[in-house]
Amino acid sequence: MNTTTTPRRPRRLLPHPVLSLFMLALWLLLANQISGGHLVLGALLAWFIPFVTQSFWPQEMTLGRPWVALKFVFLVLWDIVIANVIVAKWILGSPKKLKPAFMKIPLDLEQDFSITVLASTISLTPGTVSADLSPDSRYLLVHTLHTEDPAETVATIKQRYEAPLKEIFECSTS
Amino acid sequence: MEETSWLEWLISALLLIGAAFALIGSLGLARLPDFFMRLHGPTKATTLGVGSIIVASMVFFSTRGEGLSLHELLIALFLFITAPVSAHIVAKAALHVRLPYRKDTQNWDRDS
Amino acid sequence: MLDIVTQVAMLMVSLALVLNLWRLLRGPSLPDRILALDTMYINSIALLVLYGLSQASMLYFEAALLIALMGFVGTVALSKYLLRGDIIE
Repeated sequence: MNTTTTPRRPRRLLPHPVLSLFMLALWLLLANQISGGHLVLGALLAWFIPFVTQSFWPQEMTLGRPWVALKFVFLVLWDIVIANVIVAKWILGSPKKLKPAFMKIPLDLEQDFSITVLASTISLTPGTVSADLSPDSRYLLVHTLHTEDPAETVATIKQRYEAPLKEIFECSTS
Repeated sequence: MEETSWLEWLISALLLIGAAFALIGSLGLARLPDFFMRLHGPTKATTLGVGSIIVASMVFFSTRGEGLSLHELLIALFLFITAPVSAHIVAKAALHVRLPYRKDTQNWDRDS
Repeated sequence: MLDIVTQVAMLMVSLALVLNLWRLLRGPSLPDRILALDTMYINSIALLVLYGLSQASMLYFEAALLIALMGFVGTVALSKYLLRGDIIE
């Protein structure tokens, strides 16, 4: 993990604007209506909770390229649908024909958050589940239900999911 | 009996697809040979199954003339965030207790 | 038509729950049982949403959301127990 001790920053009034916006949206969804009262209450909560808990998130979350992020979300949603049909076929077929594999994927991502997103994406898409992260967070251990060529699967994952994530979250650091 | 509208068709299709995927996911859990293979059924098929049923419910409640109903989206969002995390930690626990896996499982490592 | 479809869908999800229960009882290992429990709570969310739909009532939404929250915490706590032999370090 990147447990670099960040210097103590002074308390800021609005530490995570993106997170606050997200929380307001969540509150309105939970209330299931948009009215003045809920907007005010939601906005208050969305400001207050990140403000109180800001020391838990020392790393600032930046959304580098919103358009790339949006494209990535739709790519993943589409892949989830496709993956489900494929996995369903595998499950209904004969289990003897499946060729499971453990794969060590070398990571180019450096931040904890983007690695988490990558691991979650891998777990949600084509027959792969991320099982473990090496202690120095340089390798991700992935189990796949069926693959003919593990090297190719790893290359696909790196190019299809890791590259956009690097662009979205870490374009400033590279 | 009133005529079935296209909305009803849509909701029915979504419900059946969702239930089918939930069933297939659980079937995978029941019949695949080793733990790591069983892990795949629930994490995917079930999330899409519930997701599809939730979309059906959203469409159903939104078209009854009482305004939009989107709060079901919360369940879907929550499941899509937590399902990979629980799959990851269960897999980690299984590796920790050294569960056996099928002998022909391939091991791929770039360095070796 | 929707009534019949909801009934059929509920039947399918119930069947899925029975399969999970079978895996829960049979094991053979602890992670298998945890996974079976995890799947059971996800399927019961589906069942609750379906029931709310068949009753045309939004009352069950909160219950489904609560099961989602509790189920996740339960799965993580059980796995954590296997990993460390302790839940809270």
